[in-house]
Amino acid sequence: MDHLKIADRLFHSRLLVGTGKFSSNAAMQGAMEASGCEIVTVALRRVDINNPQDSLLHHIDRSRYLLLPNTSGARDAEEAVRLARLARAAGCDPWVKLEVTPDPYYLLPDPVETLKAAIILVKEGFQVLPYMPADPVLARHLEEAGTVTLMPLGAPIGTNRGLRTRDLIAIIIEQAGIPVVVDAGLGAPSHAAEAMEMGADAVLVNTALADTPDPARMARAFKLGVEAGRMAYLAGLGPQRIKAEASSPLTGFLREE
Amino acid sequence: MKIIVNGQPQQAEKNTSIVALLQTLSLNPRQLVIELNRQILTSEEIANIKLQADDQLEIIHFVGGG
Repeated sequence: MDHLKIADRLFHSRLLVGTGKFSSNAAMQGAMEASGCEIVTVALRRVDINNPQDSLLHHIDRSRYLLLPNTSGARDAEEAVRLARLARAAGCDPWVKLEVTPDPYYLLPDPVETLKAAIILVKEGFQVLPYMPADPVLARHLEEAGTVTLMPLGAPIGTNRGLRTRDLIAIIIEQAGIPVVVDAGLGAPSHAAEAMEMGADAVLVNTALADTPDPARMARAFKLGVEAGRMAYLAGLGPQRIKAEASSPLTGFLREE
Repeated sequence: MKIIVNGQPQQAEKNTSIVALLQTLSLNPRQLVIELNRQILTSEEIANIKLQADDQLEIIHFVGGG
């Protein structure tokens, strides 16, 4: 069987799903179900004490989905470590999607602070899945620090622009000894398929599922895209050429040569 | 006495327990993580600790995120 192995856990699905920005909990649940995902990301925020909401955890079956808390909102390593510790204190497995994004406009991950936080969190026993710029040198540093995946961005978070960092992700995949999960910017199933065809181990999608009138159908489309891409990668894509190479025989034409 | 809850000043009775404060805010501690003056509290601490003036409390929960 073709499993995704992260740390010591095996997963059937290679599609991770984010739970943000859905129009309702029912829409989120529909997308999770249709995606076939086994890992879902969540965020930690202050409770609005003037208007307390129903807990998100009521709507996520934790016997079925691994909850992967992120450190979104962290602007430096210290804030990220604080959020990771809070998530663990909330009873989560010590898995964390490490996100350090000081720049509010492009939400690009800070490589220095991400590495700093990764080193601390690995020492504290966390399984660290770092959201990172598609930088092969940083990828090596993170892997050496003991992270369990690399999560390079395809394009900035929520932009739906696809694999803008394709060539760098290819280098990261080539070098990595741990799973590469392409995260952020994947806006269409074809983007997910493209990442998987290149040999990415998994992808994480949120906005593309939440920001559509039919999240469940889109989630199914992404599931199929991920599966198609993975299957093509395993089968082995044919080489690309400049010069045409006929598929039909070049003999027996109905004309005189 | 004045305490700070999620960055906002709040009035609380002296010697109020954290559990009692959560009840007045209609919050269920089982779905929350609580930090008191930057220290994460265990459920035992949430049940037992009494608030002091100028305490800073963070009441945190999970929300949707990518």
